[in-house]
Amino acid sequence: MTHHSQDQFAIEVCNVGMVFGSGAHAFKALDDVDVAIRENEFFTLLGPSGCGKTTLLRLIAGFSYPTEGEIRLHGRDIAALPPHKRPVNTVFQNYALFPHMTVSENIAFGLVMLGRPRAEIRDSVDRMLKLVQLEALKDRRTGQLSGGQQQRVALARALAPQPKVLLLDEPLSALDFKLRKEMQIELKRLQHETGITFIFVTHDQEEALTMADRIAVMSSGHILQIGSPRDIYDRPAERFVADFIGETNFMTADVLSCADGTAQVALPGGARFAARVPDGVRPSGQVSIVVRPEHAELVDPGAGAHLTGRLAHVVYFGTDTHYHVLLDTGQRFILRRQNSRNAGAEPPEGAVVGIRIDNGAAQMLKD
Amino acid sequence: MATAADIARQARSRDIRGRWFLASPALVIIALASIGPLAIVMVYSFLAPGSYGDVIWKYSPDAWESVFLKRDIFDNSLSLADAHLSIFWRSLRLSFLTTLIALLFGFPTAYFIATRSPRTREIWLFLVTIPFWTNLLIRTFAIQELIRNEGIVNKLLIRIGMIDAPIQMMFTDFAILLGMAYVYFPLMVLPLYASMEKIDFRLVEAGYDLYATRWKVLRHVIMPMTRPGIIAGSILVFIPTLGAYVTPRVLGGGRNLMLGNLIELQFGQGRNWPLGAALSMTLLAIVLLALMVYVRFAARTGGHHHGQ
Repeated sequence: MTHHSQDQFAIEVCNVGMVFGSGAHAFKALDDVDVAIRENEFFTLLGPSGCGKTTLLRLIAGFSYPTEGEIRLHGRDIAALPPHKRPVNTVFQNYALFPHMTVSENIAFGLVMLGRPRAEIRDSVDRMLKLVQLEALKDRRTGQLSGGQQQRVALARALAPQPKVLLLDEPLSALDFKLRKEMQIELKRLQHETGITFIFVTHDQEEALTMADRIAVMSSGHILQIGSPRDIYDRPAERFVADFIGETNFMTADVLSCADGTAQVALPGGARFAARVPDGVRPSGQVSIVVRPEHAELVDPGAGAHLTGRLAHVVYFGTDTHYHVLLDTGQRFILRRQNSRNAGAEPPEGAVVGIRIDNGAAQMLKD
Repeated sequence: MATAADIARQARSRDIRGRWFLASPALVIIALASIGPLAIVMVYSFLAPGSYGDVIWKYSPDAWESVFLKRDIFDNSLSLADAHLSIFWRSLRLSFLTTLIALLFGFPTAYFIATRSPRTREIWLFLVTIPFWTNLLIRTFAIQELIRNEGIVNKLLIRIGMIDAPIQMMFTDFAILLGMAYVYFPLMVLPLYASMEKIDFRLVEAGYDLYATRWKVLRHVIMPMTRPGIIAGSILVFIPTLGAYVTPRVLGGGRNLMLGNLIELQFGQGRNWPLGAALSMTLLAIVLLALMVYVRFAARTGGHHHGQ
């Protein structure tokens, strides 16, 4: 799919490949990556370290140039433009604030370089300081700021020149848990208020699920799946995606019949169940299916149970409880139940239990 | 009976004595190597010259007078010692130019080294410091071999037909500048490199990302962050060149004196040790003054020192 329609996309990455080094030491960081990011979208590139997500971000920023393919900004090929000619700004992982400048000077930098009139720069800086709530610190040096404050300065500095696209390279990874939660909401607010397209790189699946409009899951230089957080979480098409995001139960099952994107499969133990089939797959024989731990419940064995086994461990997490069940077939199955005051009695560890999978909760993988 | 306060006081005074004791080697060295010799030079500058060198132990302000003023041999009237003053001025001018040249070439060199991979950096630094292992005199004569009338440069230029007659380079200010800039080049490169090495080059990327061209990144990001290195390098080059002796002597010949040569003259042929001592103290004063002006200037234009 090389041809995207031109005007509704902010960034189109078309068949981009990136090779570092040459000869025997060549390393393919990106392989035939194809993705289109919509205007005003909060788009997240999610994957483990070394999957190529930062490389892709740097290609969009212009810090390096792709060895193949095109990168388009509003339909115009920018793959060969240097960074200072792209209306794209970056929030760096370590913030990369200029230590020899004050907060205001940092925020003004891009506008000064663009040669904007002095009055306009002053107004923009004031507006940005207000937006990130740093008015009180505007004359401080950046070295005197806390991590969260530096983060805000970095955001304001990148937003001040009103870029078409804002790139964020794991901007929250250096913050502690509480601050990270705050900044997640803050970023969503900023994106909403500025209407700028955000491309956000992270290895934190929870961050991706809570913030993104759409997520691209990457692994070893490839994009495996693109979709809304709900798509990615509920309907993972690949084993890697299912495994990387959240906890999952993997099972093998035999396909009995298939129609309209749903297959009847026989679960281990013999029970029949309907599983969703990923697009473009014609399942047959033995397949892998996944079920999220919260999409199944413990029941008495026999009473409509799809699987039976022995309750091996009960792990209490505060908000919820995990039940580790050793199935009769020898595999493990994890269930998650929200804790509530009026929850029913809990079976003791070692008890024989049944597992009922929610309707529509089973998803077949491509492999 | 000792109270807790007494014990604490005793412990504190023991502590202070212990500190003085531990600092004593450094204090002795400072006293012997720095303050002592300076005091001797200061005292000598107020004595009268002996006829075969050395001094006569008798107070005389004549040396200090003749640093700045000269007495007419016929009518005994005083006028400005313009020979001395012009040598001061020459020295200042040449040192300043040397510093500027070293900075102009040292900055890109240090930047080049700082942007190599860590392993290659060490090799480049090693190459920059190699000339330092050779005797200064030999390096200076090597330059002479390059630029003298029958030297390599002139021969080459004549051979390829760019000139007909050799260019006179020896015994000019150019020769002195070339020699001093070459000799003190590593002293400029090393501090520049040290401060550039600390630059987070992601800041350079941030500059490019925020619409700065290469020149503007250099001007607004790299140079301000290299300021401590620029100041240190300039001081390290300026001070020794101001008192340089070998290079102006060999490459400048007898005509193009600098302060160092003037001082040497007083202790040698001039047989006027007090004047030499007074000139040395003057040199010290000039250096201090220049440093103060420079640091003030650098702090004002920069103002970006990390106050920790």
